[in-house]
Amino acid sequence: MSDWQPSPRELERRRVRQSLATRSVLIATVLTVAVFVLVGAVVASSPGWDTVKATFFDWQIAKDTFPDILDGFWLNVKLFMICEVFILVLGLAVALARVSRSPWLTPVRIVAILYTDLFRGVPTVLLVLLLGFGVPALQLQGLTNDRYFWAGVALVLSYGAYVAEVFRSGIDSIHPSQIASAQALGLSRPQALRHVVVPQAVRRVVPPLLNDFISLQKDTALISVVGVFDAVFTARDSTGYLFNYTPYVVVAVMFIVITIPLARFTDWLGRRMMRRERAGAR
Amino acid sequence: MTALLEVSSLRKSYGDRVVLDDVSLTVQPHDVICLIGSSGSGKSTLLRCLNLLEDIDDGVITFDGREISDPRVDAREVRSRIGMVFQAYNLFPHLSVLDNCTLAPRKVHGVRRTDAEARALSLLEKFGLADHARKHPDQMSGGQQQRAALVRALCTSPTLLLLDEITAALDPELVGEVLSIVRAEAEAGMTMVLATHEMAFARDVATSVCFLDEGRILEQGPPAEIFSNPREARTREFLRRVLPGGGE
Repeated sequence: MSDWQPSPRELERRRVRQSLATRSVLIATVLTVAVFVLVGAVVASSPGWDTVKATFFDWQIAKDTFPDILDGFWLNVKLFMICEVFILVLGLAVALARVSRSPWLTPVRIVAILYTDLFRGVPTVLLVLLLGFGVPALQLQGLTNDRYFWAGVALVLSYGAYVAEVFRSGIDSIHPSQIASAQALGLSRPQALRHVVVPQAVRRVVPPLLNDFISLQKDTALISVVGVFDAVFTARDSTGYLFNYTPYVVVAVMFIVITIPLARFTDWLGRRMMRRERAGAR
Repeated sequence: MTALLEVSSLRKSYGDRVVLDDVSLTVQPHDVICLIGSSGSGKSTLLRCLNLLEDIDDGVITFDGREISDPRVDAREVRSRIGMVFQAYNLFPHLSVLDNCTLAPRKVHGVRRTDAEARALSLLEKFGLADHARKHPDQMSGGQQQRAALVRALCTSPTLLLLDEITAALDPELVGEVLSIVRAEAEAGMTMVLATHEMAFARDVATSVCFLDEGRILEQGPPAEIFSNPREARTREFLRRVLPGGGE
């Protein structure tokens, strides 16, 4: 076996495969360059390009407003990182409540259904406004009036509902035979969920979850509507007295810079899972 | 008579593991070639190579007078003339049996829906599945699903049929209903290459039996010869283990 040498036919076949692969790369490269050049040419040759360049892409203004916007942006990032944890916990808890069977948990199940229906239905920006201005107005004892806090709560509630449905679809996608075989081993239904179903479900829904988190990163910009000095609010402030929209572009670039790594990570994770699932199934 | 399928010095490896080593095989029209051998001997991989589902590492496969192992060959065109049935049925669960059967005729062969359905229904009828045409695969027994999978493969009128241990996942009592279809097709002159553990069936239907061992065809011949008077010690040992009343 070890003395096998590729036959001349095989060597020629490898050359053909190689040249086919080269051709694919060539097509991809030429096409990509052509598309980008074309788009650039169309934009730069449009009649209003000089005005747009001056109002949106002023380098000096970008440099001047950058530090303040970055300070505000830190609020967005902090909010995202804190909310993410609570969203995951809330989402999974609601999903589990919705798939539970126990009669004792019926009220919880109903609350969970109402919650997802309600909070997925209300536009996130309205939730932020209602909670950010509404709860402080109640003047309840022992509750903070911090609008940043309540805007965060609004995001958690809104995204928690989405994430709950993502988790639930993952749990539902696990074949019932998995629960059956877990129960056949004597595991209770909660145990079967905990040790067999949920671990498989979570793995399956990681890509859509990350998708929601990329969306959340951007939606932290919504806290600007209740007057928190985040990146967007700071930028809006600057555009007001500079009569120039460059600060908005600066904010956009910041959001892109933090979402791209997460997006690439999502892609990579998806590909890896695909490889794994296919490895066994030939 | 020119061979329909000719495999010479086929080699396939996954990394360092050589799965098929110097395999040569000739299939004449109307031949029924049975591949036997223990699990992992390379039967399934050989079938998948014939259907171009795997890139081979060496050797030449010729189908209908044309080399199909050339990377420039349109694999879809080749596969459209070869039918394949898998051990796990692989019916599409989101389609009814009828839609499973008409998908390829309609999308690959450009047959009109009414014609495709008429042909599929007549085949389903022939194999006792007419009542199940509108059902979804999960509502049927394993034997019914595998018969439906066979009908799906036959609907495109393939020149060659590849069957990959199609009864291995079935109850013994369901094996017969599936094999009777294969037998009928063999008698109607269909050319087939099949991997199987059903030795009685192989003995009965095969025009030639190949014994695979560790990726090589160790022995090939008419069933009478292989089963009654195997040349190789390894073949004898295998047959002793799998044939009823073979001792041990």
